[in-house]
Amino acid sequence: MPHVKVAKKSTDTDMTPFVDVAFLILSFFIMATQFKPPEPVPVETPNSVSSDILKEENSMLITVDKDNKVFININEKKGGNTGKLNDVISDISQSRTLNLTPAEMTSFTKAPIIGVPFNQLRGFLDLPHDQQEKQPQPGIPVLDTLNNELVWWIASVKKAFAGQKLLYLVKGDNKSKYPTFEAIINALRKNEEFKYNLVTSQEGAPEGTDLYKERRGIK
Amino acid sequence: MASIDSGGGDSGHKKGPGVKKAKKLSTRVDMTPMVDLGFLLITFFIFTATMKSPTTMDLNMPKETDKKDETKIKQSGALTIMLSKDNNVYYYEGELAPDGSNFKRSNFKDIRKVIQDKKKEVIKNHVHDDKCEDIKLKAKNRVPPDPNWQTADLDRDFVVVIKPDAEATYKNTVDILDEMTINAVKRFAMVKISETEDGLIKKTEGGK
Repeated sequence: MPHVKVAKKSTDTDMTPFVDVAFLILSFFIMATQFKPPEPVPVETPNSVSSDILKEENSMLITVDKDNKVFININEKKGGNTGKLNDVISDISQSRTLNLTPAEMTSFTKAPIIGVPFNQLRGFLDLPHDQQEKQPQPGIPVLDTLNNELVWWIASVKKAFAGQKLLYLVKGDNKSKYPTFEAIINALRKNEEFKYNLVTSQEGAPEGTDLYKERRGIK
Repeated sequence: MASIDSGGGDSGHKKGPGVKKAKKLSTRVDMTPMVDLGFLLITFFIFTATMKSPTTMDLNMPKETDKKDETKIKQSGALTIMLSKDNNVYYYEGELAPDGSNFKRSNFKDIRKVIQDKKKEVIKNHVHDDKCEDIKLKAKNRVPPDPNWQTADLDRDFVVVIKPDAEATYKNTVDILDEMTINAVKRFAMVKISETEDGLIKKTEGGK
């Protein structure tokens, strides 16, 4: 009698490829995740209901830390021509008669964040790059209305980015006091800049409020 | 399950009858927990990678020099909010009474209710006139158009004046600006605090 053998198939599935893929994806994510570079100035931003995503390209970031110290850094378009930072520092050097050397200007373009008064700028830029990060910076003086150095910085940045879209980002710490923020606004105002963005962390709109209704499409 | 070929399968030469078969230990490892863990980590990384993107809040300040552009506000629709230290909030409606009797104390939780109530009150007392149509038209022609343009004129007299004092923190300022967005307050202004108000805050704080 012919006997047809039905092949007994195992119910076990070979999971090896599955594991392979899982770990491949895992290693991809681990490698692709760019851990935020340790911020030169730790800042805890306040929450807001605003949901616009921050764009850092072509922006001047004004940071206020918890001790009301003001720092700036300038972000260019990624891959764009990097001459802007040089323009800024040579303009500052000229307008404040700092007479910086080309080496010091190059140092500026690589500096992580600037938070020193003009009279200490040269000393700061003379430091090697890895020491600049560790060097505690006193912050840019802003509170003195007659000597608000941020005005000069903004003026130079504005000049360097003339004709291009430039965002002014203000990133303040929760604990920083209002007068510093006001001084920043005043510095921007003196440069005829009235639009700027505050960097915040996102939170949802509270229930029952007008914004909540609007976002949900309830009349 | 994952299996690794141990090489000594059933195929191949049979051993003699006297040879005892060594007990074969399975080389299979149950990989399910490992896969579980793997995917758990993947999910974790995906979430942490996208969750915390910072957002921005737009802020437009008026030009200080434009004196003629200065908007006259109706006292009936004005609400002045002052921010002070320790997250204290003070407010008064309309004009500050000379004796400071309408100067009230609040906090960030209750101020929302104050703003909402004031807004409702302003909308209730709204008197229709020629300007209303202009506002409606503006709202309608805005890009993107205001979905509620038909009621855009109702709260046109509602103005919130924000006055943070020297002790107020940046967080307070952002919180109150946020409160404007939350309650859909269209007109608000940040103004320097006056000495009278500063004095009243000091008095209230000292008198507790």
